[in-house]
Amino acid sequence: MAKFGKKSNTSQDIPTAALPDIIFMLLFFFMVTTVLRETDILVKQKLPKAAQLSKLERKSLVSYIYIGEPKQSNIFGKEPKIQVNDVFVEIDEIVQFVNQEKDKLNEAERDQITISMKVDVESKMGIVSDVQQELREANARKILYSSVQAIDI
Amino acid sequence: MARKNRPTAEIPNGSMADIAFLLLIFFLVTTTISNDKGIAMLLPPKPDPNQPPPEITENARNIFKILANSQDKLLVEDEPLLDVTELREMVKIFILNFGNPGDEGVKIYNSLPNSMKSFVSINGRKVDSSDDPKGAIVSFKADRGTSYELFVQVLDQVNGAYNDVYGERIGLSASQFLQLDRDDPIQDQKYLLARQGIPRAISIAEPNKIVN
Repeated sequence: MAKFGKKSNTSQDIPTAALPDIIFMLLFFFMVTTVLRETDILVKQKLPKAAQLSKLERKSLVSYIYIGEPKQSNIFGKEPKIQVNDVFVEIDEIVQFVNQEKDKLNEAERDQITISMKVDVESKMGIVSDVQQELREANARKILYSSVQAIDI
Repeated sequence: MARKNRPTAEIPNGSMADIAFLLLIFFLVTTTISNDKGIAMLLPPKPDPNQPPPEITENARNIFKILANSQDKLLVEDEPLLDVTELREMVKIFILNFGNPGDEGVKIYNSLPNSMKSFVSINGRKVDSSDDPKGAIVSFKADRGTSYELFVQVLDQVNGAYNDVYGERIGLSASQFLQLDRDDPIQDQKYLLARQGIPRAISIAEPNKIVN
């Protein structure tokens, strides 16, 4: 009986004095990693799955092209469309877009521009290859088929 | 000594953790850790309008042909293929065929580890397949109606075969090979050693302009 009645004299309080510091640390981590989205994506984006992916080396050299069926298909129709920045463009405007993006870069880095193609899985190759022909025309030859990591067997 | 009665000039910091929590939760919710990964490709330079398209001088046996039609059916080396995942092994066998290696091909063969040499003697040495890895080309032609999903899958399989070959040369798996950091001189040397003599020759043909 005496055993149960015995009171341990170790304190059972968890010290909470350092709690704000820990929270602040987490806060700063998320503040630094957060990227608020600059562009509103107007097309459906279900990226394909692939296993052999490579990372982008330098973010500043990358421009994005989105292809897919418009989300507001009652206004824009069901055919896949090309989106750059915040607007839909036609095929022949891509060269102009690439040149604009190149102008933002240093003279020395212009040839290294990488185009990340975010293409919806539902799209057909026709539109993708049309875009590629335009990219060749604009001399932006490094491209990346953006995809989601699949588990490698 | 009137000063003694003044209230203390301290900011209450009991609720600091709460405020920090609130901010933390806001940033937690808005964070999208960007996952910009994908299959990298280099497009060919734009054709010179003054020059006719180059004649294909490669032997047909050195080209591994993959065709995809608008119904997402594959034709690989003139035979239909149902399962895309089989491509990886087929491409690997094709690259490491060494049917009729030139001087460079013999050098590459001698530099391979024993496991790959036995792979060649089991699966390779076919007369009607590629001469050596240097001359081997994988050609992929998709129709305008082929789905993008299949296109990426095929590209993934072919890239996987090449990464298998590169990785195995230096004793790594394909995914370990992909993670080599080229900014690190030691790892860069490994990367170059793996790539040496075996170009990643993937040719993507332009789809036909007119759909029949």
